[in-house]
Amino acid sequence: MGRLLAEFFKGFFRENPVFVLVLGMCPTLAVTTSVEKAIGMGLATTFVLVCSNFIISLIKSLVPNEVRIPIFIVVIATFVTLVKLIMSAYFPVLKAALGIFLPLIVVNCIILGRAEAFASKNSAPASIADGMGMGIGFTLALALLGAIREALGSGSFLDIPFADGLGAYTQTIFILPPGGFLTLGLLMGFFNYLVLRRKAKNRGGKGK
Amino acid sequence: MKEYLTLMFGMVFVQNFVLNQFLGICPFIGVSKKRDSAIGMGLAVIFVMAISCFVTMLVYKAVLLPLGLENYLDIISFILIIAALVQFVEIVMKKLAPDLYQALGIYLPLISTNCAVLGSTQLKLMDYAQLPMGEALLKNTALGIFGGIGFTLALYLMASIRERLEIAPVPPGLQGIPVAFLAAAGMALAFFGFNGIV
Repeated sequence: MGRLLAEFFKGFFRENPVFVLVLGMCPTLAVTTSVEKAIGMGLATTFVLVCSNFIISLIKSLVPNEVRIPIFIVVIATFVTLVKLIMSAYFPVLKAALGIFLPLIVVNCIILGRAEAFASKNSAPASIADGMGMGIGFTLALALLGAIREALGSGSFLDIPFADGLGAYTQTIFILPPGGFLTLGLLMGFFNYLVLRRKAKNRGGKGK
Repeated sequence: MKEYLTLMFGMVFVQNFVLNQFLGICPFIGVSKKRDSAIGMGLAVIFVMAISCFVTMLVYKAVLLPLGLENYLDIISFILIIAALVQFVEIVMKKLAPDLYQALGIYLPLISTNCAVLGSTQLKLMDYAQLPMGEALLKNTALGIFGGIGFTLALYLMASIRERLEIAPVPPGLQGIPVAFLAAAGMALAFFGFNGIV
């Protein structure tokens, strides 16, 4: 149980897919112009990640090593098609907002990366825990980025505008492509800074 | 002809895959450390993108639409076509240009999970599928080629910047990938100036 929890929580901060592993950059930049889109994308990716990790961990001993990548991709593409159909039926507005980035979940490096690095070597429960942790870590990172960009760029949170007067200070650049690169670069630098400082502290502690 | 010129300018500068549409960010950050490998990667992407845009449109219009499978099998069939094409390019490059193959190393198989390639096949799929077969194929292939050129341009510019960044004094936390993103922000801003031209 302890191990499962460790696999679950590692995706939150220590191995956060966006800020630490630097995977899945395209959706991270493209759909974070608002919190709603960011969370929708994060949850869709989490669903695909958990399902594909589960299936791949079950079939891992049947898959010949030479053709494992195409097989993994087909498994992932199946679940992405599932998500696409479910979203067209129940969330057509969100689906339209995500646009081509919904089918592009197939080529999100996080999913194939976890299939290759984790699910093809570990048991089914551990793979589900890993998929959920990574998915939630991805969703949190996207939501954080989305919150910053939406607040600075359109002066709102979850489409609810801030009080009057604050709107005058919005900078549209943050919801445009350059703002995406800028916000992600600065946030990633901040995370790196925290990690470096913690390392320096640990070293200092041992020295005493 | 004018239409294709517009498409070219649009795909290379205005709607640049990397800097405007956020497609293909992983290779943009991963393979942009040296100008030589940026060019190699770019050429491989142009080639794969052009062929895959052609083949996926053909499959979509000739197989998926008549059979009514376009909502169920499009993602799976497209990604398999791209994966097969990448394998093909890899074999050809290994035989004909072993030096380039050495330089690109592990990034070549990664083209199959390059979202720019799958993205280029999906971008105007619905619009172009309405056109007659010949025109749809030609336009989609042109989109793939121009999109690939735009990708290569962004990758090459980024590699040139990063070669300089190697010797620049960067604060510790920002070193490596974060500062690359900040440089990309500047480039995206510059490319944003092309907006409205087409």
